[in-house]
Amino acid sequence: MNHYQLNHLKELEAEAIYVLREVAAQFERPVLLFSGGKDSIVLVHLSRKAFHPARIPFPLLHIDTGHNFQETLDFRDQLVARLNARLIVGSVQESIDTGRVTEEQGINASRNVLQTVTLLDTIEKYKFDAAIGGARRDEEKARAKERFFSHRDQFGQWDPKNQRPELWYLFNGKKRMGEHFRVFPISNWTEMDVWQYILAENIDLPSIYFTHEREVFYRDGVWLATAPFMQMKPNEQPEQRRIRCRTVGDISCTGLTLSTADTVEDIIQEIAATRVTERGGRYDDKRSEAAMEDRKKEGYF
Amino acid sequence: MDQKFSSQAYLNMELLRFTTAGSVDDGKSTLIGRLLYDSKSIFEDQLDAVKRASLLKGAEHLNLALFTDGLRAEREQGITIDVAYRYFATPHRKFIIADTPGHIQYTRNMVTGASTANAAIILIDARNGVIEQTHRHATIASLLGIPHIIVCINKMDLMDYRQEVFLDISENFRDFAGRIFPDKDIRFIPISALRGDNVVKPSVNMPWYNQGTLLHVLEILPVDQDHDLKHQRFPIQYVIRPESDQYHDYRGYAGRVAGGFFKPGDPVTILPSMIRSKIVSVDTFDGALEKAFPPMSVTLTLADDVDISRGDMITGEYDLPTIGGEFQAMVCWMNPIPLKPGGRYALKHTTRDVKCIVQSVDHVLNINTLEKMPEGTPVKMNDIASVMIRTTQPLFYDPYVKNRITGSIILIDEATHETVGAGMIL
Repeated sequence: MNHYQLNHLKELEAEAIYVLREVAAQFERPVLLFSGGKDSIVLVHLSRKAFHPARIPFPLLHIDTGHNFQETLDFRDQLVARLNARLIVGSVQESIDTGRVTEEQGINASRNVLQTVTLLDTIEKYKFDAAIGGARRDEEKARAKERFFSHRDQFGQWDPKNQRPELWYLFNGKKRMGEHFRVFPISNWTEMDVWQYILAENIDLPSIYFTHEREVFYRDGVWLATAPFMQMKPNEQPEQRRIRCRTVGDISCTGLTLSTADTVEDIIQEIAATRVTERGGRYDDKRSEAAMEDRKKEGYF
Repeated sequence: MDQKFSSQAYLNMELLRFTTAGSVDDGKSTLIGRLLYDSKSIFEDQLDAVKRASLLKGAEHLNLALFTDGLRAEREQGITIDVAYRYFATPHRKFIIADTPGHIQYTRNMVTGASTANAAIILIDARNGVIEQTHRHATIASLLGIPHIIVCINKMDLMDYRQEVFLDISENFRDFAGRIFPDKDIRFIPISALRGDNVVKPSVNMPWYNQGTLLHVLEILPVDQDHDLKHQRFPIQYVIRPESDQYHDYRGYAGRVAGGFFKPGDPVTILPSMIRSKIVSVDTFDGALEKAFPPMSVTLTLADDVDISRGDMITGEYDLPTIGGEFQAMVCWMNPIPLKPGGRYALKHTTRDVKCIVQSVDHVLNINTLEKMPEGTPVKMNDIASVMIRTTQPLFYDPYVKNRITGSIILIDEATHETVGAGMIL
């Protein structure tokens, strides 16, 4: 590689920092959507780099389904304390209690879809005009069509067939009152890029990403964690397994991987050898061929 | 696991962005599917989904084109509506594909995909040779300043892999490309995306060709000259003022290097004030650097306490861009409402926001025939026009052919806020 050329990870980092600075410059009230998953943790790290030596100039927003892994919540609180950042929590339980949404019933009930209402309500309540997310284009076919700056109408909806053209690095964040943008600084990163970056930058992650013993059950090709709110079918049996999370959503939709990987290096070896996509283990994507596209149009992450 | 994956090697990979242009039935989706499939970038669950869908549609073979399927409407209509981005990697490079639709009405998507590309793959159906749409694709690649052009002559299997077919089409392409790409790096590869010839694996059916497969060419294209390393250009994006005890007086100018090198001690000029100063440090979270170059995102500090804000530019002391509010540009129109000659638009250039008037339309380029339509021809969606633009405040710009960052603009409708035009400054 030429002396005056960045390696691809450094180039992706420079691109993401550029996007984050554009957000801070173009919007009045940006917010970073923080799930406690690796992608949003990388976003926080990139935000520190983008504004160093100043503090991150926007708060973090966590949409809490009430069904999160405790390890994720603990990690979130420690990170916020360490960075002296501001955290806002939008509660799906509150949306249920106030009648904004109705809890799904039945065996496959999940609060995943309900999060959209809580997210949009919270964006409206705080008048956020840009919500920075860790979605990547390699994750899913609807996401492959996303812009860096993705326009949302007054109802928070995405219109994939009528997106603004996005050329060079000229991002158009202009909007009317009540509209907002979703911004995806790590659009061009792949799952492997994220893990290599975590390794290269020595970024801390919640312990559920590493192997541990947990009570799980098997459903439709996916291992799911047991929890008081997870109903099992008569033929499903709880069992102890050594597992880890490849992606982290809430308990109802996070498929777990049988794994003994306990370092980032081990995880990278595992991912290099794996033949299933990251979202292949996501229960929320199994609902239909266009599950993600439909949720995104409504205003999902 | 038979082979250990090397994280060290991963840190030595380069990034190459390329775009693909082809007409509807040239086999573009099949080619991308083939690249992903043969480079082992397809996962089992994706493969299963495509196998199921291929069977469902009664196809005999695995339909590689289905790997690039996107939105529901695209699946239903069997077309591509919007640019999609795909990713794959080899041990040497990571690739970002801007997968753009081939329909005439989607020129705007092709322009979008081309704007950040290092290379363009132009697909030609060996049965049809160079057609009108090939002219269109080549013209757009040329206008957008894509440094490397790879012409893939596809469906060679349907022409019995004959060398003269390949040579004829290559020569035809060169004939007209000579006019539009004066010193461009153009390469020709005979392929069959469907059968896999010369995409990732060398073809046994075309022993007369030995210039490397498409993947090989993508791996060796030199990308290190794709940035302007001669002229110092640093558009200021954001001013960093920590206002903390530790960094009480810190004032840093954050941005991405758009051209040249920036080092501590460099004398610089700040635009538009024309104030001179000196670079004190090139800062990053990971410590100060000896030197910054494109496309790094850094923070510069200066020796003097000067009033600088977003939209200003730090340049070499005497090596200034053009400073002016009136210039000629080639504009690709991207909105159903035609361009209004004499109309006002918002304009974005580097980190600068101004307003502008499109003073005159000099000619409209018919993208299919490359004919210049006379003055007065309306500029509609997917047209490309040469226009004169006047801005309310001066811009600091270079011709697009010299610097794709300081030479590009977008036009925004002030009422709808939509991006309606993309321009390359002449």
